[in-house]
Amino acid sequence: MSGSLGRAATALLRWGRGVASGGLRGPGVRAAGSGAGGASAERLDALVKKDKVVVFLKGTPEQPQCGFSNAVVQILRLHGVRDYAAYNVLDDPQLRQGVKDYSNWPTIPQVYLNGEFVGGCDILLQMHQNGDLVEELKKLGIRSALLDETEGQDSK
Amino acid sequence: MLSGQLVRRLFSMSGRVCLSRGSSGSGIIGPIEAAIRTKLEQALNPEVLELRNESSGHAVPPGSETHFRVAVVSSRFEGLSPLQRHRLVHAALSEELAGPVHALAIQARTPAQWRENPQLDTSPPCLGGSKKTRGTS
Repeated sequence: MSGSLGRAATALLRWGRGVASGGLRGPGVRAAGSGAGGASAERLDALVKKDKVVVFLKGTPEQPQCGFSNAVVQILRLHGVRDYAAYNVLDDPQLRQGVKDYSNWPTIPQVYLNGEFVGGCDILLQMHQNGDLVEELKKLGIRSALLDETEGQDSK
Repeated sequence: MLSGQLVRRLFSMSGRVCLSRGSSGSGIIGPIEAAIRTKLEQALNPEVLELRNESSGHAVPPGSETHFRVAVVSSRFEGLSPLQRHRLVHAALSEELAGPVHALAIQARTPAQWRENPQLDTSPPCLGGSKKTRGTS
């Protein structure tokens, strides 16, 4: 288990650099790829609590393989959330099933804030539209970039 | 609310891509679509139930019943969080979700919420089947 943790850390670092040089996304976005290793409830519990914002996607933030996963990535991007952990379930069938069992939720993507399951694409979009996401991010100490955008518009 | 326009644009663009690629809503109702409808009607007694088979927008054979979007409008949702509402829908369709149904987009609204915006949204385009649509900025 410590071995797989080590691999995950390596993957995080590698992705961090790759993303930074790509310039499309903030350097904080980390994708753990298949580094999750095993998918017991304890393992997943640790995984979702390790970072403030955790998403399980089909594909990576750079290359989502599903429209719903892409929508989650785009919403986080709109809010300027850069520092989040993304796990690609397509790389790991155990993780794909494990995360569904963990949250008792049948589909991917899945979004976790502060270790708590929030929902999938539909719910994140709804939270984005009704302003809840800004509030939830604030609780995590993350200031949504949309607040700055709104202020900018107000001052015109 | 916040930047609603941006996201609406994101999703309406998606809609165009989807429509140009597929022929969702061919009018033929398959057995799984029928089962979804029946089970949701029984479980949630919805005032409105709109169901769309979006499978044709995905990399699956014609006539597939794998990707659906549903709007369920029910007074049962009063006082429930989005998560709780979705779980009720999942529970009603556990068999389908464990088997043939691969994706289910859910709009779970109370009757009052539905009246504010009574429409079945459009899902973002599939990115798994066509590399052409993958280059999102």
